Amino acid sequence: MKNKKWWVVGLIIAMAVTILSPLASPWPDGLERVAEDQGFIDRALDPFYEIIPDYVLPGVPNEALATILAGIVGVLVVFGLAFGVAYALRGKEAKPQTHQL
Amino acid sequence: MIVRYTSSTLNGKENREMIVSTMWLIPELLPKLMHIPDGFLNLMVVGISWVICIIALAYAVIHTNRQLGEKQVPLMGVMAAFIFAAQMLNFPVVGGTSGHLIGGALASILLGPWAGMLIMTSVVAIQALIFQDGGLLALGANILNMGVIACLVGYYVYVGMRRVLGDRTWVNLVSAFVASWCSVFLAAIACAVQLAISGSSPLQIALPAMGSVHTLIGIGEGLITVAALAFITATRRDLVEAEPTAN
Repeated sequence: MKNKKWWVVGLIIAMAVTILSPLASPWPDGLERVAEDQGFIDRALDPFYEIIPDYVLPGVPNEALATILAGIVGVLVVFGLAFGVAYALRGKEAKPQTHQL
Repeated sequence: MIVRYTSSTLNGKENREMIVSTMWLIPELLPKLMHIPDGFLNLMVVGISWVICIIALAYAVIHTNRQLGEKQVPLMGVMAAFIFAAQMLNFPVVGGTSGHLIGGALASILLGPWAGMLIMTSVVAIQALIFQDGGLLALGANILNMGVIACLVGYYVYVGMRRVLGDRTWVNLVSAFVASWCSVFLAAIACAVQLAISGSSPLQIALPAMGSVHTLIGIGEGLITVAALAFITATRRDLVEAEPTAN
């Protein structure tokens, strides 16, 4: 972890986290639960289009695998976007250290 | 903890109750609404949220521009990737409700609120654009809640507590826990206000309902944030030490 490619390890950790995703709780989350309880869940509109809806990669028969693959696709795309944004905003020198955690 | 059917305005409540309880038997039939879908917010709230979100993001870009160090570029990518992955892991809370990490506090504590906002925007935008998690119109509100509000609250509660209690390891971890909890709670409160203004649910119902559920979800947020910070501190202390301030 001491070499310059420490972030590759971080990226692998993020991908490893998606392996747990089929174990995620299927229960509705906070907002969804409130929307169901308060009866406004029907207001939700269908998406305008679908690419990887519900974090399940289309065309993969095994749902657990489809979820993990969707997660890995997402991890790579999100990494690329945030890395790209940060790269565009980088400075020539690192800022001096300010305070420790 | 959850306010159930307190609204007397509900029509066909028994039907709905039956449908909802049956849906739980078949998880695949559950709509995935981790973020606000289109239809919950009216156009005024959608518009105002987009305006606030764009102003905040413009400020974040100006503040972050030329300020990111060599290590922070890949750290922002890894942080966003980890938060995306962690948001897929819904953890059970209570009474058939789940929650998942937001991550705004974690990102802000590590990289400052402005870089944190850009990280959260990357995550929430990809979730809406590729995974249909959260509506496209509602994206402004989702970025406002989980990006702007969660990051600012998380960062300033963390920094404020450290200023009062001092810079010690236990203070930092306790501050991170409290900051994470506050970030989730206030993001949920903002969401409740948006739902109320939109006429989806009256404030006196949406506020306690969203607040009570997210009181518990915030504890999960705090535990995950503290665990992640402890892990990063133990393995790559230099990344934490390079932490920028909000200026």
